[in-house]
Amino acid sequence: MGEMEQLRKEAESLKDDITAARKAVQDLTLQDHVAGTAVVGRVQLKTRKTLRGHLAKIYAMHWGTDSKLCVSASQDGKLIVWDSYTTNKVHAIPLKSSWVMTCSYAPSGNMVACGGLDNMCSIYNLKGKDGNVKVMRELAAHTGYLSCCRFLNDNEIITSSGDCTCVLWDIETGSQKTVFAGHLGDCMSLGVAPDFNTFISGACDFTAKLWDIRDGQCRQTFGGHESDINAIGFFPNGNAVITGSDDASCKLYDLRSDQELITYQDSSIMCGVTSIAPSLSGRLILAGYDDFNCNIWDSLKAERVGVLSGHDNRVSCIGVTPDGMACCTGSWDSFLKIWN
Amino acid sequence: MTINTLSQDGVQRQQMPCLTKMERMIISMQDPDMGIKLRNQRLLITVIPHAMTEALHIGQLFVKYGYIYPLKEPRNLILKADDSPYRFQTPYYWMSTRWPASELDYAIYLAKKNIRKQGELIEYEKECYNALHKRINHTWDFVVMQAREQLRASKQRRKADRIVLECQEQAYWLVNRPPVSTAHYPPSKRYVKYCEQYQPHDPIMQGCLPSNPWITDDIMFWNMHSETVAVPTKLRVERWSFSFMELLNDSMGRKEFLTYLEKEFSAENLCFWQACEDVRHGETSKIPEKVDEVYKQFLAPGASRWVNIDSKTMEKTLEGLKRPHRFVLDDAQMHIYFLMKKDSYPRYLKSELYKNLLARAIVPQETKKSVFPFMRRQRHSSPSPALATQIGEDDGKGKNSNSVKSNSGTASRL
Repeated sequence: MGEMEQLRKEAESLKDDITAARKAVQDLTLQDHVAGTAVVGRVQLKTRKTLRGHLAKIYAMHWGTDSKLCVSASQDGKLIVWDSYTTNKVHAIPLKSSWVMTCSYAPSGNMVACGGLDNMCSIYNLKGKDGNVKVMRELAAHTGYLSCCRFLNDNEIITSSGDCTCVLWDIETGSQKTVFAGHLGDCMSLGVAPDFNTFISGACDFTAKLWDIRDGQCRQTFGGHESDINAIGFFPNGNAVITGSDDASCKLYDLRSDQELITYQDSSIMCGVTSIAPSLSGRLILAGYDDFNCNIWDSLKAERVGVLSGHDNRVSCIGVTPDGMACCTGSWDSFLKIWN
Repeated sequence: MTINTLSQDGVQRQQMPCLTKMERMIISMQDPDMGIKLRNQRLLITVIPHAMTEALHIGQLFVKYGYIYPLKEPRNLILKADDSPYRFQTPYYWMSTRWPASELDYAIYLAKKNIRKQGELIEYEKECYNALHKRINHTWDFVVMQAREQLRASKQRRKADRIVLECQEQAYWLVNRPPVSTAHYPPSKRYVKYCEQYQPHDPIMQGCLPSNPWITDDIMFWNMHSETVAVPTKLRVERWSFSFMELLNDSMGRKEFLTYLEKEFSAENLCFWQACEDVRHGETSKIPEKVDEVYKQFLAPGASRWVNIDSKTMEKTLEGLKRPHRFVLDDAQMHIYFLMKKDSYPRYLKSELYKNLLARAIVPQETKKSVFPFMRRQRHSSPSPALATQIGEDDGKGKNSNSVKSNSGTASRL
C-alpha cells in the first residue's frame, strides 16, 4: 500500500505543478490585455415580465430563435410554450411522464423536445395539421435519465444522459446515429457550437468534453473543476467554453490553447451553479445558483458586476435571447422571470 | 504636412479611435501630391513600386501594428532611422478590419510556405505548424489542398505583384502571430477584441435603438430588424463586415451578397453553398435526391451552374456520391466557402453596392420611455391580495406589466 500512497502524492504534486504553471501564464496574459479595457460598472437588470402558470418546480427553459417564444418544462407534468412578450401561453402540452428535466426549442420553431427520468426524449410537433400538439417521436435507447437535449435542425437532435453518454439521433427514423462515449460520470448538460460542427458536454466526472459531430470523436477534454459540472455553454465567438459547477465556480476554457483561462468565483459564494448563459457580446456571463440568486460576471475581469434576485427558490435554468435583448430565469418557485 | 504625435498612453491600448487616427495618417502619407516621397525599388530586373525611404518616430508604431513593413529584415518589426526601405500594407490587412485571424487561415499560410521553400519555416513557425497539424488533423487534407490552390493561382500573376502580395501576407501574419514564448501567448487578447467589437450590438451592455421593447413596450426595434425591411439599420450592415459567417447568417446579407456575386458572374458559388447546407440540415430520406440535384446543377461536366473545385476534391466528392450521406458534400462545400471568404467577400465589402447600402442604412431615433398621464385600465380583474407581495417589481409600469401592451404614442383617458 506504501506504493499507492507514494503514487498518489506524486500525482497530487504534478497537479499542483500544472496549476502553478497555468496560473503563471494566466496572470501575465490576462493582466496584460484586460488592464486597458473599460470597466463594466454595476449592471442592474430589472424584471420586466413574470410568466405564471406552472404549478411545480421549473427544471428547464429554452428560447426560440425569434427571441420572443420560449418553452419551459416543469415537474407538474407540463411543457408550456410562452409568448414571453405578451406573457400568453401559446401551447400547454401535457406530458406522459411528469419527471421532466430538460426541454429544447427547434431552431425552425416547428418542434419542441423534452425528457427526464423516463430515459426518453419526446419530440412534439407544434405545427400539426389540425392545430393539436402531438408526440411526433419518442427516442428511447438511453439507459439513464435525460439531462439535456438540443436540436441541430428539424431532423437531428443531440441528447445527454445519466448513462454517461451523449447521442445524436435521426428524428425521422428514431434511431441513434452516433453515440459519444467517454465521460466517466453522468452527463449533465450540453451545448452546440455556433457553426453546428461540434458540441460540448459537462459531466459528473468534473470534466467537459468537446465532440466532433461528424465523426463522433472527442477532440478535447477540460478538467479543473472540483465537482460536478451542471451547466455548460459556448462563448459567442465559438472559441471558448463556459462551465458552471457544484464547486461554486464557473470557468472559461479556451479551445485553441486547450486550457482554462479564467475562473469566476468569490469566497462569499458557497453554493453550486445550476445554469449559465453569456450575453450577446460575451462580456457578461449570467449564472444561476442554488442560493436563489443569479450572479452577473464580467467575463474578462472575472468580477461580479450584478445580481438578479427575485426568486423564492433555486434558479434552475437561465437563457439569453438570441438577439441579446433579455434574459429569462426559471426557478423551483414555479415562475419564469424576464430581465434586462 | 504636419504629423501629430499621439500620446504614449493612447497608443498602448489597441482601441479603435487610435487605429482610426493612425489609418488617417497612413492614408494621407500615401497621398500622391502631399504625402511622403516614394521611390521605386530595384530588385534585380524586377521593379517593385512604392518603396518608402523616409521614417519618422510615429513610424515605429506603424510598423508595430503592421501598417508599414520592412523589406530587408521582415521579421524585425522595428523602424530603422536609415535608408532601409519599407512598404505600406494594403488596407485589406489593416488592424481595423479586426478579422479573426483563424487557425485554418494560419495553417494554410504555413503550409504554403512549407511547400514553396521546402522546410524553410523558422523554429517557432515549425512549432506552430506541428501544433496545428495535431489539433486540426482531420481537415489537414483540406489545408494542404487550399495551400496548393492558392500557390497555383498566385503563379499566374506578374512577378512583381506576386512578390508584393507575398510580402503583405507575411507581414500580416508576423503581426498577428508574433514569435512568442509560450508564456506570452495571448489568448485573452482575442476575447477583449471580440467583446469590444460586439459591445454596440449587446443590448444588455449598451441598450439599443430605438428602444428596448421589453422596457418601453414599443416593438419598433423588432420591426426595423425584420428579414424583409426595406432599409436596414447601420449596426446590422456593419455587423456583416465582422466575419463571413455574420454575412451569411443574415438572410438580408445573403441576398445582398448574391446580388453582388451575380454582377461578378460567380453567384453559383453561393447557391452551391446554400444547397449543401440544405442537404446537411434537411430530412434524411430526401438526401439522395437532393444530392443528385446538386450534382446535376453544380458538379456534372457541362452543368449549367458549374462550380470551380480542384480536381482532388472533385474526385473525392464524386466517389462519395455513389453512396450519398448527409456529409458527402462537406469537402466541396468547404472549398467553395473558403474561396468566397478569401476572394469575393473582401471585395464585396469594398464594393459600391455595400458602401451605398451602409450609407443609406439608418440609425434609429431613440424613443424615450414616455410617462403616460393617464394609465390604461387593466382588462382583467385586479390581483388578489395574496399575490400583492409579488407585484412592485417593475418601476413606473406597475399595473401594465401583465396587461395588454399600450400603443406607443397614444394616451387614453379613463
